[in-house]
Amino acid sequence: MTDETPLLEVSGLRIALASGTPIVDGVDLTLARGEILGIVGESGSGKTTTALALLGHAQRGAEITGGSVRVAGREVLGLSRAERREIRGKLISYVPQDAGQALNPSLRIADSVTDVLRRHREPAPAAVLGLLGSVDLPATTEFGRRLPHQLSGGQQQRVTIAISLACEPPVIVMDEPTTGLDVLTQQSVLDEIRRLRAERGASLVYVSHDLAVVSQIADRVAVMYAGRIVEEGPIATLMERPRHPYTRGLLQSIPDHRRPARLLPMAGSAPGVEERPDGCAFAPRCPQAADDCRTTPPVLESVDFERHQVRCPHWELTPPATLGIPRDRTEVTAGPALQVRGLRASHKGRGGTVVVAEDISFDVRRGECLALVGESGSGKTTIARCLVGLHLPDGGSVRLRDAPLPARIRKRSAAQRRGIQYVFQNPYQSLNPRRRIGEDLARPGHVLRGLSVAEARAEVGSLLERVQLSPRLADRYPSQLSGGERQRVAIARALAARPDVLVCDEVTSALDVSVQAAILEALAELRDDLGVALLFITHDLGVVSGVADRVLVLEGGRICETGPTDSVLRTPEHPYTQRLVAAAPTLAAR
Amino acid sequence: MTATLVPTAAPTSPSSFGSRHPLARVALRRIAGGILTLFVLSVLVFLATSVLPGDAASAILGKQATPDAVAELRHAMGLDRPLVVQYGKWLAGLLHGDLGNTAAGYAAGGRSGVWDQISGKLGNSLVLAATVFVPVLLLSLVLGVLTALRAGRWLDHLVTTVTLVPAALPEFVLGTVLLAVFFTWLDILPPVSFVAPGASPFATPETLVLPVLTLVGVTVGPATRMIRAGMQEALLSDPVAVARLNGISEARVVRRYALRNALAPSIQVFALIAQYLVGGLLIVEDLFGYPGIGKELVDAVTVHDNLEVQSVTMLLATFYVAVTIAADLLVMAVVPKLRTGGTS
Repeated sequence: MTDETPLLEVSGLRIALASGTPIVDGVDLTLARGEILGIVGESGSGKTTTALALLGHAQRGAEITGGSVRVAGREVLGLSRAERREIRGKLISYVPQDAGQALNPSLRIADSVTDVLRRHREPAPAAVLGLLGSVDLPATTEFGRRLPHQLSGGQQQRVTIAISLACEPPVIVMDEPTTGLDVLTQQSVLDEIRRLRAERGASLVYVSHDLAVVSQIADRVAVMYAGRIVEEGPIATLMERPRHPYTRGLLQSIPDHRRPARLLPMAGSAPGVEERPDGCAFAPRCPQAADDCRTTPPVLESVDFERHQVRCPHWELTPPATLGIPRDRTEVTAGPALQVRGLRASHKGRGGTVVVAEDISFDVRRGECLALVGESGSGKTTIARCLVGLHLPDGGSVRLRDAPLPARIRKRSAAQRRGIQYVFQNPYQSLNPRRRIGEDLARPGHVLRGLSVAEARAEVGSLLERVQLSPRLADRYPSQLSGGERQRVAIARALAARPDVLVCDEVTSALDVSVQAAILEALAELRDDLGVALLFITHDLGVVSGVADRVLVLEGGRICETGPTDSVLRTPEHPYTQRLVAAAPTLAAR
Repeated sequence: MTATLVPTAAPTSPSSFGSRHPLARVALRRIAGGILTLFVLSVLVFLATSVLPGDAASAILGKQATPDAVAELRHAMGLDRPLVVQYGKWLAGLLHGDLGNTAAGYAAGGRSGVWDQISGKLGNSLVLAATVFVPVLLLSLVLGVLTALRAGRWLDHLVTTVTLVPAALPEFVLGTVLLAVFFTWLDILPPVSFVAPGASPFATPETLVLPVLTLVGVTVGPATRMIRAGMQEALLSDPVAVARLNGISEARVVRRYALRNALAPSIQVFALIAQYLVGGLLIVEDLFGYPGIGKELVDAVTVHDNLEVQSVTMLLATFYVAVTIAADLLVMAVVPKLRTGGTS
């Protein structure tokens, strides 16, 4: 790292909604040549809005209202429309989130690259292929002729990176470039980015919600909360000794498969743009908030000479991040709640039948949590859907409490349906938007357990308390709840049926880390208290280490390894499991 | 989640005709389906016209006719045979391109084919339809894209108002207004679009003006709105946002990143218009006395010429089905993901 003038210099950046409500409120950033700066924050923190403003762009309904963005000495914000277009890609380029959505579905890969390359120089076919090759894609004409949907997710993301390199800009902004990719793919894209930095001296702003990923790649990190940077400094320093209570809370919320322990979730959830409190925005969730925090907005203070800054007047009080106590993993000896033998399932598509699960056998004991782990396409969701009767298996048997379970949901009795409940991945889609929470929670009791409507309604309050929600939420509609609250409601709805087995399908993957930690802890308690058997489906090994007693690793629809969580994660035997464990992002220095 | 279970990374190995030519496979399947549809329709059309009261024989001979004369004519026309036989004969004829004979021919004592009776009218209708379709296509594409790019600005409001007012009126009201202006008041266009039998409407182009104006008036508004909506959606899509962030010129962004992806829904809009223009012109043809197929069909119904009604209906139905299939295939052809057989 050199100490010449920074390549990117942001000061006092303000972005507001048309109504005047600030989204980003006074952000300062610097990026030195060859440096990778991470911007980390949860949903609504303003990190993507900030990233786009670096290119002089504001999303619809928002406007850049103040501050300055200088890239390589050139002010970006005052530019005319044409001038702004001219610097994009050449001075500062952008790698979007979700490349599958971002690439033009009608253009061949080579044409997409050419459209940007032609701004820089003669777009000769060789130059296009050279760019593809530079991000480890096949540099062949055949590959260039492919359409975006004919590429894998990792390849699509590499194409967007190749495009960002086309005009050789000094600064590249990457917005969640690995979110949505499988762990192994994520690792290869991260390797790619590291290589670009090493070979080309690229300077990067890397935006992500995932502190673990950022800790793997960034030199410095800026943590955003409610539109402001709350802490900024060298990555190692921040990991080692976070000074802002929010950064500390984040670190303690991230499940780490190398150190399985109970998580220490933060209270509450991040405020929306319209509901940010006066004073310090984090004060309502902060364990060390004093009276002045609720009235006076804190300023950034220097912690030491390493450019480590924190926006908290009481930063000296912040204790070091601690690990939760190791989870107590006494072996569960109760009888099996669910027995699966020789399950086989397939999907019938246009191109014929694709077998997605083959020879799947396992037990889940009462009070035990079994994790099904695998990448997308490994068959884990299909297996879960077979168990609850939403997908018709081709073969095999399922027994619930030692009684055979019919494959079709329509052939199952009310008692059998009650016995196995499902919590879906996306709480924004799994609750009926036109029904009040209370009505939704009363239905399973009435329909599956034969309670009267009044009896079922009477249980609603205690169900909400079970998942640590206020009984007052019963009168609300799902749209009035945050994502974490909705997922708790979805879990409470499953519990209302008094199930023997609870199937949780990626229940935290749509949620912020701090909320995820709280949900995982709530599930762990429920299991201990109610003795319900949990089947937990996830791609995230950190989550596995946080909740599961045993783990079952799937590769291409087959079980490749199974065993107690600790030993599988610590000493994986199957090569595939070894690769998964090695690729799983973990907090770098802790 | 489940969609990703099918491996999409590499193109599937070329195993069969279907996977190598998804478009051809779909085309074959759709054409087969279209034929089945038409067959079912032929049964319905035949039954529906057969249960109508009154028959062509008594309509031709009039009320004074003796029962013997009616019976004789019925025999000559084949109306005394069982329905199944009549249907079979008609269908067999259709498959050989023989639409049967008109009642008018029998009335004159001889025989004349339905095809000879209608071919001129059908030609006139197609000429009218094509003369309307091409300007509607161009106009609504240009206006739709323009209004989408200027959404909420004065040009958008102006175009929307000007195109939607005529569209909000029924055809006969709009046609009457145009007649009042161009014939009664300005007296520069004929009120009746007389086209001599056997002559092309292009020989007397002034006869086309009012019908074309009326039809363009009622169709351009909705078509423009649909294209505007599709284009607006495309302009808000991720590829457009990212293309702008990549500094690609705005003209190129509009053309390659927005319009190209907005085309597919527009094709269905134009298919609907084409169908309306060929089968649904009755009111306009009647208003301007334009000798087209819609008017011919109504006349045939009036004189109980069931055979002609059936044959013309089947002809129009075939056109409908063909346009629908063509539009779907065209959509597949312009959407690469569909064309290459990717999971949608």
